[in-house]
Amino acid sequence: MEILKTYKIYIGGAFPRTESGRYYALLDSNGNTQANVCLCSKKDIRNAVVAARKAFGGWGERSAFNRSQILYRIAEMLNGRKAQFIEELTLQGSTQAQAEAEVSMAIDRIVYYAGWADKFVQVASSVNPVNSSHFNFSTLEPMGVVGVVAPANSSLIGLVSMVMPVLCGGNTVVGIASEKLPLCAVTFAEVLHTSDLPGGTVNILTGKTEEMLPTLAAHMDVNALVSEDLGPLNIPTALACVDNLKRKFQCDQDWMSRDAQNLQLITHFQEVKTTWHPIENIGGSSSSY
Amino acid sequence: MPTKPTSVPTDWNYAPSPEGTSHIQLKKKYSLFINNEWVEPLSNTYYPTVNPATEEVLAEIAWANEADVDAAVRAARNAYENTWSQMPAHERGKYLYRIARMMQERAREFAVIETLDGGKTIRESRDVDVPLACNYFFYYAGWADKLEYAFPNQKIEPLGVAGQIIPWNFPLLMAAWKIAPALATGNTVVLKPSETTPLTALKLAEIIKDCGLPPGVVNIITGHGDTGAALVKHPDVNKIAFTGSTQVGKIIQRAVTGTNKKTTLELGGKSANIVFDDAPIDQAVEGIVNGIFFNQGHVCCAGSRLFVQENIAPVVIQKLKARMESLYVGDPLDKNTDIGAINSKEQLETIQKYIQIGINEGAEIFQTECALPTKGYFCKPTLFLNVAQSNVISQEEIFGPVLTIQTFRSIDEVIQKANNSPYGLAAGVWTDKGSRIFNLSTKLRAGVVWANTYNKFDPTSPFGGFKESGFGREGGLHGLSAYVKSE
Repeated sequence: MEILKTYKIYIGGAFPRTESGRYYALLDSNGNTQANVCLCSKKDIRNAVVAARKAFGGWGERSAFNRSQILYRIAEMLNGRKAQFIEELTLQGSTQAQAEAEVSMAIDRIVYYAGWADKFVQVASSVNPVNSSHFNFSTLEPMGVVGVVAPANSSLIGLVSMVMPVLCGGNTVVGIASEKLPLCAVTFAEVLHTSDLPGGTVNILTGKTEEMLPTLAAHMDVNALVSEDLGPLNIPTALACVDNLKRKFQCDQDWMSRDAQNLQLITHFQEVKTTWHPIENIGGSSSSY
Repeated sequence: MPTKPTSVPTDWNYAPSPEGTSHIQLKKKYSLFINNEWVEPLSNTYYPTVNPATEEVLAEIAWANEADVDAAVRAARNAYENTWSQMPAHERGKYLYRIARMMQERAREFAVIETLDGGKTIRESRDVDVPLACNYFFYYAGWADKLEYAFPNQKIEPLGVAGQIIPWNFPLLMAAWKIAPALATGNTVVLKPSETTPLTALKLAEIIKDCGLPPGVVNIITGHGDTGAALVKHPDVNKIAFTGSTQVGKIIQRAVTGTNKKTTLELGGKSANIVFDDAPIDQAVEGIVNGIFFNQGHVCCAGSRLFVQENIAPVVIQKLKARMESLYVGDPLDKNTDIGAINSKEQLETIQKYIQIGINEGAEIFQTECALPTKGYFCKPTLFLNVAQSNVISQEEIFGPVLTIQTFRSIDEVIQKANNSPYGLAAGVWTDKGSRIFNLSTKLRAGVVWANTYNKFDPTSPFGGFKESGFGREGGLHGLSAYVKSE
């Protein structure tokens, strides 16, 4: 007799069930129940935002090197659980070959962003030669709490590809898993949990996007939102984002493509900060020292 | 032997030193600038633009309606498709250089008109607005043929037609901030200046014509909010760049929802200016004055919330009051004037409303004893002491010469108070300790941090806000990305 896994959600570094007590059954092609998955509520979203905000100070101010190390650790942990992800992907309809390709692409993608963590600021910052006696530089800072709506037709690679650039840049995440393919998202949360990522840095909820998204999009303490094309939800989501001028990004990519990764996906979730300081003018330009 | 004055005398007066207005050329009536021609508005409507220091009408200005906006957008689209996007990049750059040079040649005229139309002091329009506006054109001129260095590893394209809506606080400078990067990256422009300060943009149109910029590359249409709304809604506009209030910014962002229009929004602020007990106090007081009274406080990044460390608050406040007493409020054209006219009657009423709210909230008001001119719109430099974080006057943008003062003890406390605002445009920090500056400048959630200085601007320096102060950056390398799309 096999032991079945209970799929729970991930908030503030813990794995609770939804506060609502609701669930939905995930069926296989024969109509048999594979798992009972949490049907999260608006309240779960709000709890996740609180956890993500609390975690933001600590994660955003970690050294870039340390974030890079932790991202690489995520790749290591995922690699160690390859078999489990392949099994879940095949259970959700992938062929063995597709599942294997998806898992190895996910690992590569995490390694890619692990490498960026201590480089993107260098590449995208500037020292600005102002026309006055000031030292002036522009650097990047994370936006804060970012909502991530994982692609509906992907269980693992879509979520990983959207979360990693956001995380790499020092933001914290409230993620909504694919409603019909949620299993890998929960297992990915377990990977994150064992990767030295501080609790609350990434939070992952399962359930109906149309139930949770309006709360996430309108939440005044969420700084940005990223999703793929949401169809009929595009316009209401965009309008809700205007309430606190949430930065909203839509990326529609073939996430299984090797090219579906770049610097801009990191800098989309960064604010440019410019700092000025006077330069003392003692000693003439003729002094040649 | 003369006795040394114990406080700053307030009865000193300079002899009047007004800048002459005889050399400027203003038409009685300005129509719309479309396709390098002055065209009568299809609306057949004009409105007066007023000198806020004298309440005299300066000129009649066309009030564009939807059909006028459509004509301007069509001109810009035609120029984009047939001229501007075909032109070699280095040639585009040369036009921008030519505009910059012609602005320099006519700098004095621009400064005087800016002061007449907007009420800002001649000292500021002459020394800040006009030279900076020229410099933005110079800076972006050079980018036109170097964009591949700005966007390595990316294939970029211009967006097309940019609709640009600018405010009344820095009319010519904002026009330069908007037009220069848009043209350098290969876009064409429909610019709508503010209804109260259209004149320098219309003078800029003369330069655009004189310098031979192909017709339709820059079109300037005047009018009120409905004109701007028509531009935002026009289906053939690819980009909206807006500088103004957060309230209007949100209206614009909602209006473009569901379209492919890109936006950059440069919105309001309630910026914290923080003085620590080790700061050079006299310099800090100058910085506080510059932070809030520069341009009558009509500055989106004005340091309108002052936080002073508790142990030095009495001396800072005393010195600040004394310094404020020495500010000259009056004729903006006078070269000795420190604080000019409030831009419009409407804005003066808004400021007065907030001053009354502050009094009603129980804050302690201080205003200088200066005499205000009997005509025109003027406001005394104003301080509020004993202000609470929850007071309306310390939360909402007043956009006038009104400063709130709060005290703090610890660094954590002041960071929390400073960041406790929906805005995030700018912040100031005054301290002698380098490590503290970097701590603060990292933790303050604002797009610009001025350390031991305030209200400095430069074409090479990106400017823009966090949170509800808007998104996108203007100026510098980062300002280019507002006007391109990446393949």
